[in-house]
Amino acid sequence: MRNSWLVAAFVAFATIYPTAVFSDYHLFQATMVLVYGVAILGMAILVGFNGQISLGHGAFYAIGAYTTAILMASWNVPYWVTIPISAVVCAGFGFLIGLPALRLAGHYLALTTFALAVAIPQILKHRWFEDWTGGVQGLVIDKPDAPFGLKLSSDQWLYLFTMFVAVLMYLFAWNLTRGRIGRAMRAIRDQATAAEAMGINLAMVKTRTFAVSAMYTGVAGSLGAIAVAFVAPDSFSVFLSITLFVGLCAGGAASIGGTLVGAVFIEFVPNLADKVSKAAPGAVYGVILIAMLFLMPVGAGGFLAGIWRKIVGQRAG
Amino acid sequence: MEGLIHQIISGIATGGIYASVALALVMIYQATHHINFAQGEMATFSTYITLLFINMGMPYWVAFFAAVAVSFAAGVAIERILIRPMANAPVLSAVGVFVGLLLIVNSLSGWFFDFTIKQFPTPFPDKPLFGGFISGHQLGSTGVTVAVLVAVYLFFRHTSLGLAMRAAALNPVSSRLVGVRVGWMLALGWGLAAAIGSVAGCMVAPIVFLDPNMMAGILLYAFAGALLGGIDSPLGAVLGGFAVGIIENLGGAYLVGTELKLTLALVIIVTVLTIKPSGLLGRTVLSRV
Repeated sequence: MRNSWLVAAFVAFATIYPTAVFSDYHLFQATMVLVYGVAILGMAILVGFNGQISLGHGAFYAIGAYTTAILMASWNVPYWVTIPISAVVCAGFGFLIGLPALRLAGHYLALTTFALAVAIPQILKHRWFEDWTGGVQGLVIDKPDAPFGLKLSSDQWLYLFTMFVAVLMYLFAWNLTRGRIGRAMRAIRDQATAAEAMGINLAMVKTRTFAVSAMYTGVAGSLGAIAVAFVAPDSFSVFLSITLFVGLCAGGAASIGGTLVGAVFIEFVPNLADKVSKAAPGAVYGVILIAMLFLMPVGAGGFLAGIWRKIVGQRAG
Repeated sequence: MEGLIHQIISGIATGGIYASVALALVMIYQATHHINFAQGEMATFSTYITLLFINMGMPYWVAFFAAVAVSFAAGVAIERILIRPMANAPVLSAVGVFVGLLLIVNSLSGWFFDFTIKQFPTPFPDKPLFGGFISGHQLGSTGVTVAVLVAVYLFFRHTSLGLAMRAAALNPVSSRLVGVRVGWMLALGWGLAAAIGSVAGCMVAPIVFLDPNMMAGILLYAFAGALLGGIDSPLGAVLGGFAVGIIENLGGAYLVGTELKLTLALVIIVTVLTIKPSGLLGRTVLSRV
């Protein structure tokens, strides 16, 4: 990419400026934007690039969050070690759920994943797992302090840490979607039969895309659990899945940069709308979701990407 | 043994409610090939409207039928305003619109009628019948559900409007050529689905109490019922709804306990979709490429 120095400069600025200037609360919000960004990125890989609709990614977010919380609370594992473990666990779950999903398309997959999202809080609360999950009360974990004797508050350090992980995840996604596998994913989305005739192994690409997608959202769940320092079944209700879906549609399904727009949207719009009424965030989400689908079918990400291409004179595609 | 019979009877009573919601889902699926994720929230909103009418001093049944009429009109309006423009949109946009509708209706319920859990009256005598096997409300609501199902069946089989609606769903192009107004038929289908949902909401609210998220679990069971019976078969959806009601009650009592009832619905959905995606009575869809 010709403008990679621009992106690098933007990332450097977004790393240093908030750490130096923001209050702890605003840093926490910025951290959550990154967390949601990675979660939505996972959905974008599955929904946007591979055309498999999921309304249940809150379940993977919950699994990631609980993996981290259980490892930290029960086995005293350092927080940064839990991230790769949670990635592996969630990829495994994603692969398993991807297997029946192979036979489902469109609405049916949306329906199945929706059912998963509705059921997950009940599973987390269940007494069989209560020793690990803490049941309805959930688990409280410690916020990590800055290492190496750095003079940073824990919120500042968490922001830097999350930024580091997020940059890695975005780089990986950028390369993945632009390489051979990314082309295979998009070929399946656009014309599955033709893709198979071209020698793409449908089952393999679809299930592995599901696994990668679940891994992204699971890692986001882990980061989110560390940032919030608390997990409980009712924070992972079906509305979390719907929120992520709204973020995805707001940003544009097949747009990597758009996921950040979506993340900013779901982090800040509820706060603004909350001032009107307790019920308003849902209504505002719903209205904006439908308005986006009617007016800006490519999402804000696609819309901004169009403008970006005009500015830098790059050709579409 | 007595416990088993008791579980089966209350399974049939709740199953009737799942059957109604499943029937509403199937009506919309048949006409538009979309799954209405907002069906449950729409039914909840209708139930609130019934409660509003009752609190305004109307007798129960007047309020009930008034709310059914309002729901019908709202269903038609939603189809005309929101769903019509999405007729040829990709699946993702369609699902997005339904999710948006779900969010809007859910938060409007909370906004207008607040989030506290409310009691909802039942028009039936609240005493055990037949030696305690069934409560008055269970018997009454099963009766109402069966009446609705029979009425819907008669409507589609024996009226010309019902025939036109079936034709519009089955083959829109040919129907248009013989003079059926396909667009209006789809809107009527939405209205009917909303009206059936309203009945189901009023019948279930005295049992589970009324709050904005009342129907979330019920919608899941209705999905399971509709898929079990075959998403494109109204009769299948009804039977599937009753079956899921019985499975849920027996499973909850003897197998998994009440905490995992929703997971049971998930298991039914995944099992049906992986083993026999067309359901028990549905048609297998073959597509040419």
